[in-house]
Amino acid sequence: MFDSTSIIVGLELGTSKVCAVVGEINDDGALNIIGVGQARSRGVRKGEIVDPRAVEEDLRHAIVEAEQMADVEIRSVYLGVTGGHIRGFNNRGVHPVVSADREIADEDVLDVVKNAKAINLPQDHNVLHAIRQHFLVDGHDGIADPVGMLGARLEVDVHVVHGHLNRLQNAIRVVKGMQLDVNEVVFNGLASSLAVLSNTDKELGALVIDIGGGTTDYVVYAGGVIKHTGVLAVGGDHVTNDLAFGLKVPQGRAEQLKIENGSALEDHAVKGQSVKITSELGLPLNTVNLEHLRRIMAMRLEESFQLIAQDLAPAGLLEYLRAGVFLCGGGARIPEIARLAEQILELPVTIGKTNSVSGLKSTLDQPEFATAIGLVKFGSFKFRKREARPTLGQNLKSVFSKFLPH
Amino acid sequence: MNPEIISPPPPPGETRRRSVTIFGVGTAGITMAGQLAAEDFAGAKLVAVNTDDSAVAPGADVLELAGRRLRGLGTGGDPERGRELAEEHFDRLQAACAGAEVVFLVAGLGGGTGSGVSPVLARAARASGALVLAFVTLPFACEGNQRQRQARQNLDQLMTLADGVICLPHQKAAKLLDEHTGFADTFRASSLRLTEGVRGVWRLLMHRGLIEIHFEELCALLRAGHGESCFASVEAAGITRARDAIEKLSAHPLLDGGQALATAATVLVSMQGGPDLSMADVNRVMADLNQQCPQARIIMGAAVAESFRDRLMVTVIATGHQPPAAPKPVSAAGEKSAPPATPGFDTELLHPTRPERPSSRHVPPAPALTLEQREQILAGQTGKPGRTRKPAPRLKQSTLPLDIVNKGRFDKSEPTIHKGEDLDLPTYVRRGVALN
Repeated sequence: MFDSTSIIVGLELGTSKVCAVVGEINDDGALNIIGVGQARSRGVRKGEIVDPRAVEEDLRHAIVEAEQMADVEIRSVYLGVTGGHIRGFNNRGVHPVVSADREIADEDVLDVVKNAKAINLPQDHNVLHAIRQHFLVDGHDGIADPVGMLGARLEVDVHVVHGHLNRLQNAIRVVKGMQLDVNEVVFNGLASSLAVLSNTDKELGALVIDIGGGTTDYVVYAGGVIKHTGVLAVGGDHVTNDLAFGLKVPQGRAEQLKIENGSALEDHAVKGQSVKITSELGLPLNTVNLEHLRRIMAMRLEESFQLIAQDLAPAGLLEYLRAGVFLCGGGARIPEIARLAEQILELPVTIGKTNSVSGLKSTLDQPEFATAIGLVKFGSFKFRKREARPTLGQNLKSVFSKFLPH
Repeated sequence: MNPEIISPPPPPGETRRRSVTIFGVGTAGITMAGQLAAEDFAGAKLVAVNTDDSAVAPGADVLELAGRRLRGLGTGGDPERGRELAEEHFDRLQAACAGAEVVFLVAGLGGGTGSGVSPVLARAARASGALVLAFVTLPFACEGNQRQRQARQNLDQLMTLADGVICLPHQKAAKLLDEHTGFADTFRASSLRLTEGVRGVWRLLMHRGLIEIHFEELCALLRAGHGESCFASVEAAGITRARDAIEKLSAHPLLDGGQALATAATVLVSMQGGPDLSMADVNRVMADLNQQCPQARIIMGAAVAESFRDRLMVTVIATGHQPPAAPKPVSAAGEKSAPPATPGFDTELLHPTRPERPSSRHVPPAPALTLEQREQILAGQTGKPGRTRKPAPRLKQSTLPLDIVNKGRFDKSEPTIHKGEDLDLPTYVRRGVALN
């Protein structure tokens, strides 16, 4: 009965923050953001839950805040997940068209997609997304919708994102423990890409890098479809940790230094400069060499981009990115990070903006909300699909067709 | 991973005739040879060499080196006595090797017999015209410095005398087991690892592979490396076997969680699968290994046997980087003068032979050096690493402090390993960039 509600909630259990974004689909079918709730996250490391009780508490704060702001009751969420265990790869499914007139029907499409999903995953891994890329009819590439075409052999390329089942379940359990339903589990990188990319960007080819607290998720679009996804379990936390180690300061102080004095590029102008660390009372405690700080940060961020470039280079994906690279997540706030990425990836780099939804402009402009907003957007796609749901008769037909001999 | 997995012997039609003699030397060696004897090594002759009349492996010929001086009491942990005894019985040892094309020498170094007799036996085997491959274990760290030192010295001797040495420190193998494993079980499991390696090499030699690895190639590989060639053997079954095998390999403790592969100079990969072994499987394993060891020379072999249907076994032998050391003189008479003794505090972190670094006070004679060497020395004297010139030493240097670095907030979380590098450690530490 709650299917009819037009409220869509995106929930991200991130390493640095737990964040719920409430969206509403108005009568015109446009998506409007009406509420945001967030809390500092304490129970997540590298994108995965390590302390469920702490996460539950943070989640409660975020949900309550979002409910108050949007003035709605949240019953179900689209949950974003990430973690080093998540992998993506491309697979091809094949299906012979058996009908007498060789016309490709809806059932054939369903079957071929099903075949493409039947893959040898590592044990304990589950498919998170199986995203269609292109259909091939008798070997002809690049067909978007084959229904109604004639052919003997239907193939489809899908991009499969899969992850470790138990680790995915951990996040779901925490949310369910709060008496919230999980509509769907979505890979964070995918959600971010939905938030920051326009259709034109997807068509031209784009790389979205979401530099979060614990992980860096990246997604490549080319020709309007997802070509590659990946997770690097290195994020802003690592920068902080490096600083804490290298400058010999506590983690909290390192975080503060990173935010106040950080930069992604090693600037020679800061040579010999230092920063004073003061206590709460304003008394000087210590001084930190600014040059060292910048160098530690620059090296870590440089390495992250290099690893991503190394991952994409074998498939030649860097050549397809005509719309360039989009950065989002908290890491996109680091000064000069776009220039560093430009140097390493040798592509135009911009900070991703979530332009494609309306409402609460000031919050939406911040790169760290890209994932949560993307989750809402993902939900809105599902919502529209649900509106255009087939009738009962069609449903039954497709159910029975599975059992009919081919 | 499970050491109990014992592969069934190959059908006789697929084996090659090659006469092999397996020597178990010392108590540890005999125990391991006994484990080998329990399996079917078709055509291999087993010989147990010991200095006292204790445990003897069933199914093996016994060669007891009794001397007047010992009165049946063994060498008492003194390798010098073991060596003298072996020299005394050199003819008998040589006779035992007669007719063998390949000699496998299985021993536990650190004691009297294993350490003392093995080098002499290796020499005897070579004198009788056989190729010698030694499989040895190094003692546990808790067995004391004295035994470690003896073992190291004898390992050096063996390396000069045998055609190839594969060495497994017990300490490394112990990492495979949880700490509540019994003492005896730990020994057994560790020696099972070694016998697994023996079996892997045996299979390489005996099976007619699709892509063969020649024994000479294997020996050259083992000779080139420094003693501690790491090896790992994994087996996976089922439809995802290629992927499983890769995962097991990259998590294998004997390869330091993939670290050994990343720094290896040469890697030998042997794959054994059933008739259903697909090109895609081979491709997947090799592509992944190629990626994991970017700087290594990879030698690959593959064989197909009916008994491996639906299974895949991958054996990897990786030898580390070593600057080409000057060839050591192989002294024929005895080892009194031969190998340079390694210092007592030698641990796994330090290579037995390190490239010599000139001290800052010493001024080397200029004309004897090439330009490159001179630059290296100058760089050493000014205290700055030769950054662009020598990438390999820099890489090695950065591995040294790894064990000391505290990972801070990632201490307890699952490490992020990428191509053998632990990404949780600060990048500047791994790349060896100094903050000064």
